[in-house]
Amino acid sequence: MADSDLQRSTVLASIRMSLGQAQASDAIDAEYAAISRSYKLTGELSVYALLDLFEDRLLEYGAGVYRASAAEIGATIGSILRRRGKSGLAMPAGVPMEWMAEGFTFVDATGFDAYELDKTEGILSSCTVAIAETGSLVLQNVAGQGARVLSLVPDYHLCVVFADQVVETVPEAFERLENTSTLPTTFISGPSATADIEMTRIKGVHGPRFLDVLIVV
Amino acid sequence: MSEVPVQHTQWNALDFPDAAKVLLEDSQTRKNVQHATNVIQGKRNKVVAELPDWEDLREAGARVKAHTLRHLDYYLTKFEENCVRAGGHVHWASDAAEANRIILGLLRRHEAREVIKIKTMTSEEIGLNATLEANGIRPIETDLAELIIQLGKDRPSHFVVPALHKNRQQVREIFQREMHLPELGDKPEDLATAARTYLREKYLRIKVAISGGNFLLADTGGMCIVESEGNGRMCLTLPDVLISIVGIEKVIPSFRDLDIFLQTLPRSATGERMNPYNSTWTGVHPGDGPKEFHVVLLDNGRSPILADKEARQTLQCIRCAACLNVCPVYHQTGGHAYESVYAGPIGAILTPQLHSMEEGRSLPYASSLCGACYEVCPVKINIPEVLIHLRGKVVREDQATLAGKFSLWNIGMQAAAFLFKDAGRLSMAEHMGLVGQKALVSKNGFIEWMPGMLSGWTQTRDLKAMPAQSFRDWWAKEKAPHAKSADDGGVR
Repeated sequence: MADSDLQRSTVLASIRMSLGQAQASDAIDAEYAAISRSYKLTGELSVYALLDLFEDRLLEYGAGVYRASAAEIGATIGSILRRRGKSGLAMPAGVPMEWMAEGFTFVDATGFDAYELDKTEGILSSCTVAIAETGSLVLQNVAGQGARVLSLVPDYHLCVVFADQVVETVPEAFERLENTSTLPTTFISGPSATADIEMTRIKGVHGPRFLDVLIVV
Repeated sequence: MSEVPVQHTQWNALDFPDAAKVLLEDSQTRKNVQHATNVIQGKRNKVVAELPDWEDLREAGARVKAHTLRHLDYYLTKFEENCVRAGGHVHWASDAAEANRIILGLLRRHEAREVIKIKTMTSEEIGLNATLEANGIRPIETDLAELIIQLGKDRPSHFVVPALHKNRQQVREIFQREMHLPELGDKPEDLATAARTYLREKYLRIKVAISGGNFLLADTGGMCIVESEGNGRMCLTLPDVLISIVGIEKVIPSFRDLDIFLQTLPRSATGERMNPYNSTWTGVHPGDGPKEFHVVLLDNGRSPILADKEARQTLQCIRCAACLNVCPVYHQTGGHAYESVYAGPIGAILTPQLHSMEEGRSLPYASSLCGACYEVCPVKINIPEVLIHLRGKVVREDQATLAGKFSLWNIGMQAAAFLFKDAGRLSMAEHMGLVGQKALVSKNGFIEWMPGMLSGWTQTRDLKAMPAQSFRDWWAKEKAPHAKSADDGGVR
């Protein structure tokens, strides 16, 4: 027997010895399914209250928040970039043409390595779902969001969120993520932060130090 | 494979009372610890109060964890199967030496001279850094607090904010010296920027990373890591090879269960509604993250804990450290007094069990049993109950040895048991005590010094003198004559 097989069977034998008689897998699955989940699964807020809550949470983290209609996305992104003093952004494949504000440079960063991303002015992306109660954006490896590294290395992240992507509770977000649970997934709640030194919250240690969110209503 | 020298960190050198005595004199550390725990606790209380379903979340979390532990072999093999199917590699390690050998083997295969690390208490538990250094590989901690600890040649004192015992001036001194930055300021921003610059170059260059893990997801074979700074994401995403060392108790049945723990963990740990970053991934995903992913499943004393039904709940812990922040004992001493990788109330029950009750035997006594740790625990571990259970174990084990049998404590306790067994004996002892104490009672009505074996008690506290009339005497005079027939024997 190879070392690794021996180690595996030793650990499993030790666990089984401690637990005693094992149940059949059907019985275990049934026991699991019967666990009571009486915590709050769905939200109750109206769309307007929901978006206000989401905005409040984001502002509390120190993110910038903007709203626009679908027709105004490109123009609003342009004004956000002007405000941030950016001349353009990197982006994953799949970001719609209409988002690319006139007068700014947008480069497809698919396949960029970390050094190249480090030199960009920031990243533009969409998201899969957002959680109002916790002010979180959830990004997955799909078109418009791309690999995890894209929202990690650049110092600035601008994320576009559509109103119907915002849910109130954490369980609602997981319900939406159920079918894509094996994709690389990142929950982002505000810019990178630490409170390791005297419990003072400092924005931006290693991840992006600046986060803007554009809510499309 | 050639022999791997395994190094252990210097834990368990002292008993809690001795270590605590030293730390209680360090007023700077106490001040830092008390400030930090007060801040976190205040924030935690606020964001927990926001959730009307907090108790339901605790209950569901406890049930999911207890269920998983009851069927741990089932869920671990399920995790393994799904992780391997997704392109991951799963290793099993019975103890620290085995885990170190596996990790070192992987690093040697990739000819790694340096590795970047995410904060992981499991690696502290197996003494990984010391082992790597002894084998010519340089581990670089990337969590700001762990970096402070590593550069300061210190030990973590809290498992969420490991350097909370250091203030900004102390951190500045460490960074100035170790990063060669004589001009460095002492604003937290200055210090964080220094760490950012110091580490960014390493993230971009170093090809192998080591992490712990918050959750293993059995149904997808995926993993979840919860963090704040983004250093975790850097290590999980940029290198070609990722090795995660995870305790076997960290598995949960399903991705979906994260909807409980991602609510309870951040609120309990740092008092935030959500921590800045959570990452989940499954095996390897072409074009996204490491090309090679290894999980080392670590037993290291965990599986025997499953056999003890009263103490098994210890393994439900999700390492939020809420019990540390709320503990009056931790509050006074800080984490180093526990002489253990895992400090505070959870450390007091976890450490002795991980060491088969051979080390950390004083830890079950490092508690006032006030119950605050149980109240805040997001997975409802009844820590006071387990503390008492473990105290019982310590006593029974001591009584089984010759030295223990004839120890002063045991003789004293046996004598007390003898007295309490019979009302007549107790009453006689009370009267003897009244006579005996006369010479010892000070003017203020307290006994400040006792002779012989009793002196240990008065070394740290004064004892109220026995009243002239005992409750039993009072009862006999006041009540007993009228209630004699009904109460006969009841009070005896």
